[in-house]
Amino acid sequence: MNAEVRAIKTPAEQALTSAYQDARAALPGKGNVAVLRDEAFNRFEATGLPHRRVEEWKYTDLRALMRDALPLAAPADAAAKVKAKDAGKVFASVDCRRLVFVDGGFMPELSDLSAEPGLTIGSMAAALGKGDPLVAAHVGKVFETDDAAVALNTALMGDGAVIHIAAGTVLARTIHLVFASGETPSSSFIRSLIVVEKGAQAVIAESHESNASQVNCALELVIGDGAQVDYFKATQTRGLHVASLLLTVGAKAAFNTFALSSDASLVRNQSFVRFAGEGSTGALRGVNLLRGKDHVDTTMLIEHAAGHCASREQFKSVLDDQGHNVFQGKIVVKPHAQKTDTKMMTRALLLSDEAEADNKPELEIFADDVVCGHGATAGALDPGLKFYLMSRGIDDKQAEALLIQAFIGETIEEVAHEGFRDALMTAALSWLESRA
Amino acid sequence: MSLLEIKNLHVEVEDKKILNGLTLTIEKGQVAAIMGPNGSGKSTLSYVLAGKDAYNITEGDILLDGESILELAPDERAAKGIFLAFQYPVEVPGVATMTFLRTALNAQRKLRGEPEFSTPDFIKMVRETSAKLGVSQEHLRRAVNVGFSGGEKKRNEILQMAILQPRLAILDETDSGLDIDALKTVSEGVNRLRSPERSMIVITHYQRLLNYIVPDVVHVMSKGRVVKSGGKELALELEAKGYAQYADEAA
Repeated sequence: MNAEVRAIKTPAEQALTSAYQDARAALPGKGNVAVLRDEAFNRFEATGLPHRRVEEWKYTDLRALMRDALPLAAPADAAAKVKAKDAGKVFASVDCRRLVFVDGGFMPELSDLSAEPGLTIGSMAAALGKGDPLVAAHVGKVFETDDAAVALNTALMGDGAVIHIAAGTVLARTIHLVFASGETPSSSFIRSLIVVEKGAQAVIAESHESNASQVNCALELVIGDGAQVDYFKATQTRGLHVASLLLTVGAKAAFNTFALSSDASLVRNQSFVRFAGEGSTGALRGVNLLRGKDHVDTTMLIEHAAGHCASREQFKSVLDDQGHNVFQGKIVVKPHAQKTDTKMMTRALLLSDEAEADNKPELEIFADDVVCGHGATAGALDPGLKFYLMSRGIDDKQAEALLIQAFIGETIEEVAHEGFRDALMTAALSWLESRA
Repeated sequence: MSLLEIKNLHVEVEDKKILNGLTLTIEKGQVAAIMGPNGSGKSTLSYVLAGKDAYNITEGDILLDGESILELAPDERAAKGIFLAFQYPVEVPGVATMTFLRTALNAQRKLRGEPEFSTPDFIKMVRETSAKLGVSQEHLRRAVNVGFSGGEKKRNEILQMAILQPRLAILDETDSGLDIDALKTVSEGVNRLRSPERSMIVITHYQRLLNYIVPDVVHVMSKGRVVKSGGKELALELEAKGYAQYADEAA
């Protein structure tokens, strides 16, 4: 029998263990939910925080980066609620139904809960508490993984959104999940579930703004046969933000995701995507804008478990100062997933000698009739291009800005939704303009 | 005063000497052809005039209106009226030609302390100018030079020149890669821009271009310096006898 060899627990791991032990009895959900939490916690306990010797976390050593775990967030105070009204500006130009959360807790009084046919909205804490059947059917089951951050989320999941879109419903309004944070840095474990039933269509956005808080959020997204989903995520944080997207897509469905991280001190966006039915298409895209000591990690596992599906992954990063961008994209094509068509591309633009970009595309193909490609580049601005622009009278900074804009614009232009395309470009440009 | 005076210019690239005491004067309104064999330093001269870095100027000076421009960045030189039509125009993905033209023109005007063009005036001006050069509206919407043919790229260079209205235009091998029809269109575009207020340096390897853009003077370069100057008939003489006779003179 092998003995489990574990290093001595770090202060953060000890704090997480006591947080769970202290909070366990009060966390929402009894019975099966409590069992799910305990199992997840045991998985976390066995491995601890992910570190550089865990392949998937090689470039984002959470054990080293997380010096301590902050106390679980207290209920939002009046000041935090007032502040939350202004949160989510990044998507303010798009007409959205706002659902507001402060430090992970749902704020019904700040949210638009007006009725729309086919749409059901609830809070995760309430759903777990009352043993909601939708939650019982999906939470922890959409994409099973051993990932320690997901396990920790499951163990400590507090609140989040539960959204159900009935079969055939074409959602009239975009849903914007606005995640704001209070003054006091805290840790929160946000869990959301979105189920888009057969033939339904929805546009869903998520924005995160936080101070020095530690946020671990997970979204389980179920896309039914023939459904169409556009999902956007914008992240800004001065603390730690670990987000997990757990996605299963049925047959003949289509989805697009886009993630923008800017002014993000330490972000990990990880996606676990399974194509479970034939004939679906999915695109995952994103732009990361880093400066100072920002660290943004985009890691994804795309599993083609059914044939005749196409996936596109396109990510760009712009790195100034000592920014560190990580891209790890793994595409797995299962033995029977013939006629799979994938293309993954990641490009990093380095504006400083001290910036670092790690690109790791991976393909694991077990089917023989597939088209899979990937590419990765990292480099500085082309001096030839810059000289061309400057020779026409455009100054150094403006020439750089124009070329950076062109670099990220190429990916943002792929966004079909005009409102979000403009909002994302505006956000990217304002980051560019604020470059000294 | 001459518009441009290049005095005893010595230029190195990665410790290799390219220009070797080049002296050249361009008068206001003059069209000067610079001819010479491959490797004589013609393109280097064009880049050095436009201010590309990576060139190490070890001796000499370049005066525009009697003032040295060696310390000026490429954008500052552009604002002073220097324009380089590239031999190989670069593609700028993601930047629409129209945006690029407006950004460039307004940046120059701002540096000169002139008011920016209003959008309607600008669009009208670009439409008229591009129509004359046979550049379509579709090309103006597309990213700069992306997916353009060789001829379209060269036409785009002349369009930029027509819009930016430089005082000194340097045409670096504008004829290379052009068929006879494209060559005519481009030359007509250049000729329309000839004016007593505008000087041009036409760099070419072949005499052919000079049938369409007739120069006032012809300078022959070899091994990094001007070895002979004369009237337009000098180009014809070169065409007949080749460059071999100049190889020794520069040595």
